[in-house]
Amino acid sequence: MSELDRVVVLAGGLSPEREVSLRSGYRVRDALDEAGIDAVLAEADSALLTSMRAVPPSAVFPAIHGASGEDGAIREVLGLLGVPYVGSVPSACQMAFDKPTAKAIASAAGLVTPSSVTLPREMFHDLGAAAVIDLIVAKLGLPLYVKPSRGGSALGAGPVHTAAQLPAAVLSCFGYGDTALIERLVCGTEVAVGVVDLGGGPQPLPAVEIVPGEGGYDYSARYTAGKTEFYVPARLPAGVAAAAASAALTAHTVLGLRDLSRTDLIVDEAGTPHFLEVNISPGMTETSTLPLALETAGHDFGATCIRLLELAAARGG
Amino acid sequence: MAYGQEPIAQPQRIDRYVGQYAERAVGMVASEIRALFAVAARPEIVSLAGGAPYVSALPLDAVGDMIGQLVTRQGASALQYCTAQGDAGLRERICDVMALEHIRAHPDEIVVTVGSQQALDLITRIFVDPGDVVLAEAPSYVGALGAFTAYQARVVHVTMDDDGLIPGALEEAIGRAGAAGRRPKFLYTVPNFHNPAGVTLAAGRRLRILDICRRAGLLVVEDNPYGLLGFDGEPMRALRADDAEGVVYLGSFSKTFAGGVRVGWALAPAAIRDKLVLAAESAVLCHPSLSQLAVREYLATQPWRQQIKTFRDIYAERRDATLNALATMMPPGCRWTRPAGGFYVWLTLPDGIDAKVMLPRALSSRVAYVPGTGFYADGTGGRHARLCYSLPEPDRIAEGIRRLASVIETEIEMRDDFGPAAGSGCAARP
Repeated sequence: MSELDRVVVLAGGLSPEREVSLRSGYRVRDALDEAGIDAVLAEADSALLTSMRAVPPSAVFPAIHGASGEDGAIREVLGLLGVPYVGSVPSACQMAFDKPTAKAIASAAGLVTPSSVTLPREMFHDLGAAAVIDLIVAKLGLPLYVKPSRGGSALGAGPVHTAAQLPAAVLSCFGYGDTALIERLVCGTEVAVGVVDLGGGPQPLPAVEIVPGEGGYDYSARYTAGKTEFYVPARLPAGVAAAAASAALTAHTVLGLRDLSRTDLIVDEAGTPHFLEVNISPGMTETSTLPLALETAGHDFGATCIRLLELAAARGG
Repeated sequence: MAYGQEPIAQPQRIDRYVGQYAERAVGMVASEIRALFAVAARPEIVSLAGGAPYVSALPLDAVGDMIGQLVTRQGASALQYCTAQGDAGLRERICDVMALEHIRAHPDEIVVTVGSQQALDLITRIFVDPGDVVLAEAPSYVGALGAFTAYQARVVHVTMDDDGLIPGALEEAIGRAGAAGRRPKFLYTVPNFHNPAGVTLAAGRRLRILDICRRAGLLVVEDNPYGLLGFDGEPMRALRADDAEGVVYLGSFSKTFAGGVRVGWALAPAAIRDKLVLAAESAVLCHPSLSQLAVREYLATQPWRQQIKTFRDIYAERRDATLNALATMMPPGCRWTRPAGGFYVWLTLPDGIDAKVMLPRALSSRVAYVPGTGFYADGTGGRHARLCYSLPEPDRIAEGIRRLASVIETEIEMRDDFGPAAGSGCAARP
């Protein structure tokens, strides 16, 4: 029987990923509830500090996606409160959430990552967008993939196949943030590799191969049940699967992540995994890849959440 | 399980029935816009998005007592099934309400529905086969477009101006459909305080519109949830008041009483009414008795005419706050409609600005609106946004528009940086 008295699952937030976060949060809460744990879902709003002070939880499971949930800010506050929480410390979150920073650290650790540029909106304004765009295409070539430097769920992200498409893609990206990460689009097999540490050190989970339908792995493909096919484990030769697992483990380790993470990779035709990004608060919805990988690896979802909370509680706030 | 083991041959698709859905369900997918609106509901955001009535203005204690007594005294009927046509007493009261818009009707011509949205669904169900043409204003109510799309109708938009539907444009649309060998099944129109455009069909155009439709043998579906919420003078004369056989009139208590009771109605010629009753039976068996009787009691025992006046005064103040803030704060190149009632202002953005692309930035600035694309079946309307002033207090409206103006200014700057061609989905107002 677990020694967890009361658990708070943090979900919601004000980012565009609010709906996804709520779905993740409810799924975690329901799994805990089913296991007999007193778990409540809470928003990170003006009532949070008062309620946490009044009834300090044994541990918190942060399931807020996007800014404030994944940039380390809410964990800083939990640290100030002295409340234990599942997942990475704020400084690691900050590095992981900022995709260009995560790419640089992963690259320095020997991982292959698509060549890219990171440019704030002001740069296009100050130097002239057309000239900057010409330079990007000349340097990186085509096709490209444009995404906000911070954020998830493919919001504001999309492929670019012609130079004429790039301005619209960058503008769409700037809807979700003021800095764009523009990287060379690598064609290949898209996989998500979870890493979980249940007390014995971080372990990679089976890679989940993502095969979206027409339109790519966009927001709709991610959160419409049935719109995307998943293969677990991914249909990769054993050596390539091992390389993908190793890449995810390396990313988790060099970024200083804790408890759980999910690394998104593209495996090219030669079998080389290319690091795209890492998520410190991976989606836990019914269409998310981490729960699929846990299940395939033989880990019960609820038991995994409880174990992570117990480890957090044992660490203390 | 370790990585690299023998792969599973069959993919996992989460939804095991994915290959079995009807064709009409193909478009029912998760959307970014819907996800963004999950944020709009938070109190930190000034929401000019959802078209919700200000039910806090109701005498909630009195309504609560009334519903309590209804269950205590009439529970045997209020908690029981009823007929698919709806409670007879309520239908009599509905005739009194419609008389305010010069409609003479008999209770037997009325079918009670779950909001007027269900009436829209039933009307479309009995008239529209896949591929049939339905005429609707440009822009048109998003809920109606959703119902038409669900039945695989082909929506043809008809141009409006500040006086509502343009008769000449309607004639042209009917003519074009005829030339293509298609006879539109009906014209869907919101003549008063249009959702989303905020305009009202001018009195001088009403008989002309009816005449055009009569000559073309075209049924008119008159959707009128806002008709009693005009800010100046008496309610407009309904289209149905001048053509009992050519118009199906849809009414609702959502805006004059409470959206949560979900009570609306259709007033239809006898043959159509019979089919609506049968369609309602198969859809819901019967409508919620408790809600119907609550509305009946409300109309019988509460000062509902005075309550409508209270709503009108509140919405007029908020309309004024909206228009004043727009006039003061909006950057050059924006224009907007000036509603004489209802809930909505239709904002047109400067060239090259797409309201849908701009929405996430607006939400980051903590203001929400509905992008215009939702009100066009063909995906155009990107230059427009619907602003709803019914719910926020006037000072919140001003703050929301201040935030919105700032967001638009940033968009203009980006348009100038990237060129108007970069804005996707921008189309001039038809």
